[in-house]
Amino acid sequence: MKKFLIPLALFLGLVVFLAVGLKRDPREIPSPLIDKPAPAFSLPTLDGNKAFGPEDLKGKVWMLNVWATWCVACREEHPVLVAFAQKNAVPIVGLSYKEIQPQDEQGGKLADDAKLKLARERSVVWLQRHGNPYSTTVMDLDGRVGINYGVYGVPETYVIDRQGIIRYKRVGVVTPQLLADKILPLIRSLETS
Amino acid sequence: MIPELGHFALILAAVVALIQGVLPLAGTVRENLAWQALARPSAALQFGLVAVAFACLTSSFLANDFSVSYVAQHSNTLLPKPYQVAAVWGGHEGSLLLWVLLLALWSVSVALFSRSLPLAMVARVLSVLGLISTGFLAFILTTSNPFERLLPAAPEGRDLNPLLQDPGLVIHPPMLYMGYVGMSVAFAFAISALLSGRLDAAWARWSRPWTVIAWTFLTFGIGLGSWWAYYELGWGGWWFWDPVENASLMPWLVGTALIHSLMVTEKRGSFKAWTVLLAIAAFSLSLLGTFLVRSGVLTSVHAFASDPSRGIFILIFLALVVGSSLTLFAWRAPQVTLGGSMGLLSRESLLLSNSVILVVATAAVLLGTIYPLIIDALNLGKLSVGPPYFNLVFAPLMVPLLFIMIPGTVAHWREARLSDIVRELRVVGLLALALALLLPFAMGAWSLGVVLGLFLGLWIALGTLQQVLFRVRKPGRIGASFWGMHLAHFGMAVLVIGITGVKSYEVERDVRMGLGEQVTIAPYSFKLVGLQEVKGPNYNAVRGEFDVFKDGQFLEKMYPEKRRYFSSAMPMTEAAIDSGFMRDLYVSLGESLGGTPAQWSVRVYYKPFVPWLWAGVLLMVAGGLLAALDRRYRRAVNKAAQPA
Repeated sequence: MKKFLIPLALFLGLVVFLAVGLKRDPREIPSPLIDKPAPAFSLPTLDGNKAFGPEDLKGKVWMLNVWATWCVACREEHPVLVAFAQKNAVPIVGLSYKEIQPQDEQGGKLADDAKLKLARERSVVWLQRHGNPYSTTVMDLDGRVGINYGVYGVPETYVIDRQGIIRYKRVGVVTPQLLADKILPLIRSLETS
Repeated sequence: MIPELGHFALILAAVVALIQGVLPLAGTVRENLAWQALARPSAALQFGLVAVAFACLTSSFLANDFSVSYVAQHSNTLLPKPYQVAAVWGGHEGSLLLWVLLLALWSVSVALFSRSLPLAMVARVLSVLGLISTGFLAFILTTSNPFERLLPAAPEGRDLNPLLQDPGLVIHPPMLYMGYVGMSVAFAFAISALLSGRLDAAWARWSRPWTVIAWTFLTFGIGLGSWWAYYELGWGGWWFWDPVENASLMPWLVGTALIHSLMVTEKRGSFKAWTVLLAIAAFSLSLLGTFLVRSGVLTSVHAFASDPSRGIFILIFLALVVGSSLTLFAWRAPQVTLGGSMGLLSRESLLLSNSVILVVATAAVLLGTIYPLIIDALNLGKLSVGPPYFNLVFAPLMVPLLFIMIPGTVAHWREARLSDIVRELRVVGLLALALALLLPFAMGAWSLGVVLGLFLGLWIALGTLQQVLFRVRKPGRIGASFWGMHLAHFGMAVLVIGITGVKSYEVERDVRMGLGEQVTIAPYSFKLVGLQEVKGPNYNAVRGEFDVFKDGQFLEKMYPEKRRYFSSAMPMTEAAIDSGFMRDLYVSLGESLGGTPAQWSVRVYYKPFVPWLWAGVLLMVAGGLLAALDRRYRRAVNKAAQPA
C-alpha cells in the first residue's frame, strides 16, 4: 500500500510549491546592499575600447541591469528596457553576467580571452536582434562582480544614486508598471535631492 | 444578441456536463441502467451546446463585433478572414473554449465508437470526461468569459498578435489541444478501470487506440509548433526549451511511455498499476501544462498579476483532479494482480526500461521547468533555467532509450536470450557503426557526438528495415499496427539523424550588409541585390531581394521580409527559407542599421538536415495513424465485449 502513495505524496509536494509560487511576489527582495555603496569594479566593455567602473558615473543617477543571452526571462524584459532607454531618463549599464556557462558546448573549454571574444560576439548579435538599451555594457565573465552585488539570478536591476549608493534592487523582470510606479519616481527624487 | 446566445449555450453546456459527470457514475454505483444510459445522449448534447457557443464566438469575430471585449482585443477589421477565425483561439478565453470544444468532441467520439463496450464502462468513462469538462466550463464562466461585452464598443480592434498571424499557427493549437485533451480519454479509461476494480487486458485493449490517436495529434502539434518557431521567429532555432514547449513535451514523453506500457498490459497482463499511473500522469501533465501556461506563473509574471483568480482556480482544479485520481490509485492499485512473470531480459523488461527512462526524462524536464518557481517559492530569487541544463540532462537519457528501441522490438516476450538478440542484430549493429564512423568524413567534420547520433539513428533505421524485410518474407497478413510501429520508429531514426546533422553542421552568419554586398557559406553565396517597400493587408514591410549562388552558379532568389504591423510596434521577421532534401538555406533581415547606402544586419544560415526533422515527425504521425486504425482493435473489442 505504502509504495502506491508515493505518487500522491510527490504530487502534493508539487502543489505546495505551485501554490506558494502563485501567492508570492518575491521579485522584490530586501538586499543587504540597499543604502550601501555600490561595490567598485573595473570590467572590459562590450565594444572593447576601455574598462568601465561605477566611479565613471559618479554624480549621475544610473541603473545597472544584469543580463545574459542565455536568460529567457531577459528576452521578455528586454523590450521594456529598450522602450525605457528611449526616454533617456538615466543611463542604463548592462552587466553581461557569466555569459559563457561552464557547461557551454562551444565556449566552456576555451581560454579566457577566447571566451571573452565569444561572449562579446554573442552579446553583440543578441543586442542587434533585440535592441540595445545600454549606454555601456560590461562583461562579467567569471561572475565575480555579480557575487559582490549579490546577484541571485538573471535578470536583476539596481538603481544607484549620484553618490554611488545602491538605492533599489529588483530581482527578476522589470515591468512597465514597476518602472512607472516605483523606479521612475525614485529616480526623480534621487536626481533632485 | 449572438454573444449572449453563445454565453447561454455555454451555461447550458456546463449544466449538461455536470449531469453527464454525476448521473451515469451514480448509476454504476446504484446499478441504475437508466442513469447509465444518460451518458451517451448527454455527451452528444454537451458537444452540440459547446459547438454553438464556439460558432457564436467565431461569428462575432467574422462580424468584427468589437462590443465583445475578447474580439476587440484579438481582432481587427484589416485582419484577413482566415486569421479572424484563427483569432478565436488567439487569446486566453478563446483557447480555453477550444479546449472544451475538443474535449466535447473526444467525448462524443467515445460515445459513438463504444457500441461494443459494456454500458457501465461507457458510463464511467463519459462521467469522468463530463466532470473534467464541468471544471473547465466553470473556469471559463467564472474567470475567463469570452463573451463579455465591452461598453461602449471599441471603434477598432487591437489586432491579433502578429506572431500568431501565420498559417502554421492556425492549425497548431487545435492539433496540440487535440493531443492534450485526447490524453483525457486514456485518463478516463484508467480511472474507470480503477473504479470498477477491473484492471485487465480488456481495459488496455480499449484504451490503446484512443491513446495512440491522442499521441499522434500531440506529436503533430508539437512538430507544427517547432516548425512555426523555426520559420516565424527568425532565429533559425526549432526548439528553445521554454516553459510552453516543455509543457507540451512532458505529456508527449509520458504518452510515449504509456502507449508502450499499454501494449505490455494488453499482451501479457503485466505492469497494470504502472500503466494506470502513466495514464494518470500523462493527463495530469497536460493539465499542469495548461496551468503553467494559463496562470502565467512561469512565462509572464504580469499576466498572472492581472488576474490572480485564474491561477488559483486552475491550481485547485489540478489538485482536485490529480489528487483524487492518485488517491484512488493508492487505494485500488494494491489489489491489482500481478501479470505473467517476466525474465530479466525480455521484451517486457526492455519496454519497462523504456518507460522508466521516459519518466525520468520527464521528471528532468519538469524539474528544469518549475525550478525557477521552486527557487521563487523558497524566497531565493527569480531566475531562468536555460537550454544548457536541458541539453545536459536530456541528451544522455535519450542515448540508452534510443539504443534499446531495436532490441525491444526483437526480444521475445517472457524470456529472451541475449545470444539470440545479438545474433539477429549484429550485422545491423556493425553496419550502423561502420557507417556512423565513416559518414562524418563525407560531411566535413568528425566528432564523437556526430558518430554517436548517427549510430543511434542508423541503428534504429536499419534495425527497423531488417525486421520489416523478415516479416514481409514470412506468410500471413500483416496488420496495420505492425506497419504503424515500424513507420513511427523509422520516423524517430530520421528525426535523430536530423537533429544530429543540424546540431553539428549548421553554419550561422550574422553580418552587416549593404546593396550589392555578399556573404558566403561555402558552397553558397548570398548577394543582397534589392530592398523594396511592400504593403500587406495590415502591415508594411521591407523586402530584401537576395541572389543565391552555388559554386558561383546562380541558384535562385530569396525574399526575406521585415514587417511592421499597424497595430503593434514590434517589427516581425519573415525569414526566407529554401528547403532541399538535405538542407535549408535561411535568410532573414535583422535591423536596419541606417547609413547611406542603407545597411542591414542580415542573418544567413546554412542548416543541413532541417527537412529531416519535419520528415521524422510526419513519419511518426503516419505511423501513429496506421497503428490506431488497425482493424484488430475493432475485432478485439467485439470479442472482449461478448462475455460481458
